[in-house]
Amino acid sequence: MAADGAAEVFRRRGHAVVVGASLAGLRAAETLREEGFTGTLTMIGDEPRDPYDRPPLSKQVLLGRVPADGTELPRRRALDARWRLGVAAAGLDLAGRRVRLADGEEVAFDRLLIATGARARPWFRESEAALDGVFVLRTADDAARLTRRLAAGPRRVLVVGAGFTGSEIASACRERGLEVTVAERGPAPLVGALGGVVGAVAARLQRDHGVDLRCGVTVTALEGDLAGRLRRAHLSDGAALDVDVAVIGLGAIRNTEWLTGSGLAAGPRGVACDAGCRAFDVHGIVTDDVFVAGDVARSPHPLFGYQFLSLEHWGNAVAQAEVAAHNMISSGLDRRPHLWLPAFWSAQFGVNVKSVGVPPLGDELVVTQGALAENRFVAAYGFQGRFIAAVAFDQGRWLDFYRGLIESAAPFPPAFTNLDRRTDGTRPVPADFPDPSLPTHGPTVTLSGYSPSERRLRFTPAPA
Amino acid sequence: MRLVVDLNRCQGYAQCAFLAPDVFTMHGEEALIYTPRAGEAQREQVARAVAACPVQAVTVDWADVPVAAEEAGGHGR
Ligand SMILES: Cc1cc2nc3c(=O)[nH]c(=O)nc-3n(C[C@H](O)[C@H](O)[C@H](O)COP(=O)(O)OP(=O)(O)OC[C@H]3O[C@@H](n4cnc5c(N)ncnc54)[C@H](O)[C@@H]3O)c2cc1C
Ligand code: SF4
Repeated sequence: MAADGAAEVFRRRGHAVVVGASLAGLRAAETLREEGFTGTLTMIGDEPRDPYDRPPLSKQVLLGRVPADGTELPRRRALDARWRLGVAAAGLDLAGRRVRLADGEEVAFDRLLIATGARARPWFRESEAALDGVFVLRTADDAARLTRRLAAGPRRVLVVGAGFTGSEIASACRERGLEVTVAERGPAPLVGALGGVVGAVAARLQRDHGVDLRCGVTVTALEGDLAGRLRRAHLSDGAALDVDVAVIGLGAIRNTEWLTGSGLAAGPRGVACDAGCRAFDVHGIVTDDVFVAGDVARSPHPLFGYQFLSLEHWGNAVAQAEVAAHNMISSGLDRRPHLWLPAFWSAQFGVNVKSVGVPPLGDELVVTQGALAENRFVAAYGFQGRFIAAVAFDQGRWLDFYRGLIESAAPFPPAFTNLDRRTDGTRPVPADFPDPSLPTHGPTVTLSGYSPSERRLRFTPAPA
Repeated sequence: MRLVVDLNRCQGYAQCAFLAPDVFTMHGEEALIYTPRAGEAQREQVARAVAACPVQAVTVDWADVPVAAEEAGGHGR
């Protein structure tokens, strides 16, 4: 009863502080107001601009169709918030319920939402990362710099890492008519997120569009001239490439350093929270007043064996923010679990890629519609006899159907025969994910923690 | 105005691209590309596109007021 009273008092006149003023932070703030929060709302964000959308940065913006500062997110309602933009949160005093800002100010809160997301993993050697011509892509400023350089017509662009962002960058470069080399440590692009079977399709797409794709290699050094401009890249197979632009697409690092020593279970993999978005402390005990949402969160998903999922997906940030905000102003049975079925999209080389479920959990795959060779198909992923994910290339309209199968743990391989399965056979093949103990540049889902159904992945080299 | 399309939800049927071609275009067979910030001149087009989207994937903020101005009390909705 006391707890119910506390939530009600908080809803009427509490102080909610949101750290990280981007997609998750903004959607959470809107939800707080929408659901009747009438207290004080403070938004703290280190980027000195309105919350903006990131997916267009590697697509419309790089193509030059939309300016880098033109992706501000629409607000779904007036927020009546205090904004502290351009200043980072530098520390958290859990017991005293205060956020310390980089400028020394302290902001007291009754309830806190952590939505500090992730940042681009920089090139590992600092002196090389500082060369003129070496870029990452995470923020609007990154996109502005890179777009300007691409527009100036470099002779060759090197993309380091063929995850989603790297692949989209390569696609934009080709569309601009630029020569581009992609260097990927794994056997194919997107292999960490989608596996080797679908990765092989992504590889063919890249090559058909004129990308110089090199798999199974790493970039060992970036070399500059006397003026500090990037000139050459060296690869692990001994090759040297003359390049004047290199874009580092080696995945993201969660922004949790400001929580070091706070007593929260925060680390490089994110901030652990329960399915209700409440943060865990270092003892593994759930906190009452600190919530987490978006790319920085790591939370157990009941549909996937309660494994902790870290999802770097737009849709997850929105859905988790809404649940976190709801739970901030609710108590007991009114609280909701974040049961969102993971989903994301990507657009590259003219193909619309969509995914539902968690492909990296799958051990087998069957093409249920279309054909891999046509770059137009649905691939269904199974794990221990049940549907776990589906990936579509230019067949996005079907994914709702598969969503239902995943949510109901339908048997895999599918029994249905009404779908057209022309060329790729009806028998499942290994989905062909790389050995999970080998780090890749970054799948968009990482799995960790307790799994009741022990995870077994078969490592099969990509077919020649 | 500012807009965003939930591309998980979008089915790529292109109604928006047909009704507001200055703001929404198809890229390849089913990928949608759009301009997140459109001008007043596009207002009517965009309103029609938003209404026609069969899955209500488009969110629009007609005001396009920066947060700094909102804080000063200028949020016009
Ligand atoms: C180039 C690119 C393309 C993408 N394309 C797709 C796509 O096609 N499909 C898809 O599903 N997803 C895509 N994503 C992923 C999607 O954009 C993210 O999942 C989403 O932005 C997560 O939102 P967030 O609010 O959790 O985190 P973020 O967007 O990372 O925001 C976190 C905010 O917190 C700020 N912050 C960090 N530390 C502090 C601090 N100490 N104090 C104050 N503020 C702080 C950051 O500067 C940032 O503004 C893409 C991402 C990128 C970068
Ligand atoms: S009308 Fe809606 S579903 Fe169709 S392409 Fe536009 S946003 Fe997507």
